[in-house]
Amino acid sequence: MLTILFDGIAYGMLLFVLACGLSVTLGLMNFVNLAHGSFAMAGGYITLVLVNRAGLPFFAGLPIAFVATALIGALFERTLYVHVYSRSHLDQVLFTIGLVFMSVAAVDYVMGSQQVFIQIPSVLQGRFEIFGVGVGRYRLLIIVICGLLTVALQLILSSTRFGSRLRASVDDARVARGLGINVNAVFSLTFAFGSGLAGLGGALGAEILGLDPTFPLKYMVYFLIVVTVGGTSSITGPFAASLLIGLADVAGKYYVPKFGAFVIYTIMIIVLILRPQGLFARAAGK
Amino acid sequence: MASALVAEVARRLARRARWRPFEYAFWLAALASVFLLPGRHLILTEIAWLALFALSLDLILGYAGIISLGHAAFFGLGSYLAALLAKHGVINEPVLALVVSGVCAAVLGFATSFLVLRGSDLTRLMVTLGVALIMREIANQIPDITGGADGLQGVVVAPILGMFHFDIFGHVSYAYCLIVLFVLFLLARRVVYSPFGLSLRAVKGNALRASSIGISVNARLVAIYTFAAFYAGVAGALLAQTTAFASLDVFSFERSADLLLVLIIGGTGYLYGGLIGAVIFKLMQDWIANLTPQYWQFWIGLVLVLIVLVGRDRIGLWTGGVRALAERLTRRLAPGAAPVPVPPGEGR
Repeated sequence: MLTILFDGIAYGMLLFVLACGLSVTLGLMNFVNLAHGSFAMAGGYITLVLVNRAGLPFFAGLPIAFVATALIGALFERTLYVHVYSRSHLDQVLFTIGLVFMSVAAVDYVMGSQQVFIQIPSVLQGRFEIFGVGVGRYRLLIIVICGLLTVALQLILSSTRFGSRLRASVDDARVARGLGINVNAVFSLTFAFGSGLAGLGGALGAEILGLDPTFPLKYMVYFLIVVTVGGTSSITGPFAASLLIGLADVAGKYYVPKFGAFVIYTIMIIVLILRPQGLFARAAGK
Repeated sequence: MASALVAEVARRLARRARWRPFEYAFWLAALASVFLLPGRHLILTEIAWLALFALSLDLILGYAGIISLGHAAFFGLGSYLAALLAKHGVINEPVLALVVSGVCAAVLGFATSFLVLRGSDLTRLMVTLGVALIMREIANQIPDITGGADGLQGVVVAPILGMFHFDIFGHVSYAYCLIVLFVLFLLARRVVYSPFGLSLRAVKGNALRASSIGISVNARLVAIYTFAAFYAGVAGALLAQTTAFASLDVFSFERSADLLLVLIIGGTGYLYGGLIGAVIFKLMQDWIANLTPQYWQFWIGLVLVLIVLVGRDRIGLWTGGVRALAERLTRRLAPGAAPVPVPPGEGR
């Protein structure tokens, strides 16, 4: 029981790291980015190449995955995404689905279509028991890393100058522009950072979620659920939503395996019916 | 005074709904393909049901402005129902089974339409996607009935109207799909040129203003969503009947996403977009799949990205040019066609 709780929290934390970039970009630019999972996949495969083929240690691979994915994100944002911000949601959806299809086929071409695993150091394998609760070492690592990241994100958002600019831009981009905040620059930075986080999440999650070229399609729904359920106006909303989804998914698959996948879809639809703006969102400011 | 106004409205509606030379040419070409391209009937069959499916999406996207990423839910339901009806011999007659499948899909559409009414574009995307995923999961979890991941095999489709047997070259199935497409197209054309169709356009343009001039927005959206679900169900049933097979693939996200591409290639909001898009999409897919069997998805994605970057408006120009030309021809050839009577009600 507690083990499920533990696994669920690890899973939820992972989802949060993967999805929080998406929630911020969505809230900031009202931009529907279905290709977010592609960045996560990129991070996963970068780590894979570094660790399995180049022989780098796992812990060195993670930060490189973050930086590399952030750079890729920034590049895409500056060259492609900027053209699509002012378009309709339909255009944005088409555009990002196109990117997903391209990334899936490209990774398939370069890396092959089979599922791959990143070699994790033996220190992190196996599980031990605390007070009768089975604790997977790797999952513990995920919780620690993601927990630290969450705290750091919250601190950045709440007490740095950039954080207050970002919050102002999310609340009302027009007024923020009027106050002299360069919303586009804030957005570029956030997009790159969010992509980097997704890449890190992809690298960390390869062990639990699995990594193959269809990753962006498989987990797109999860990211979107986190964002729609959590709302886009803060990071506490998506955080709570991630934990909820993670716990519900793990518990659902464990207790009622026959209805495993229904659980989260049903939660999503119920939440959307009752609270179309998301579970933890304030009334829309725009 | 009022009757003069009514007559004027009726005259204008009738003028909008008049058949244009371009439309005659399109359907004549479709008819000619039955006789002139017997070797291509298999792919033409696929084009026909895809066109019907895209027409269904056009009804909600092009006329009511609802973005859906889960239209495959209705397509898949129709597909499985048609296959099951044929397999267990519940309804042997394909045409009747087609209608039953469509109606069941419409019931699902009606039930889920209330979810679509709420929230923003993003919420709609999520809800439609969620419904399709749930349908796929249901089909996956009851392998006793649906065959699960292996698909539903052993379907034998009875001859149409007890007379025409399906053949392996797709001659009968193409004629069958084309007739169904044409009949349903006529119906859709009647609907979108009716006052009801006009009110949908008003809702799409601005829901708030539409409601302030007395259009009950939600009722209209529910109606068109249900109607479109019927079309998608029939398209799915056509797929199942012509291939005698149904698999989980019918519910997949890729199917909904490809469908958006089909419709975007042809252009939204004038009914022919889905049909033209289906022709171009299938030919393109066929051509690319011949070049790179495994990676054709990459090129499909590239097309999507390029379409958006270039701009849908500019892509739409070529169809717009053809349409403008056709319109000018119509005006010159037939200066005063007789007005068609407009059905009472609806147009308040």
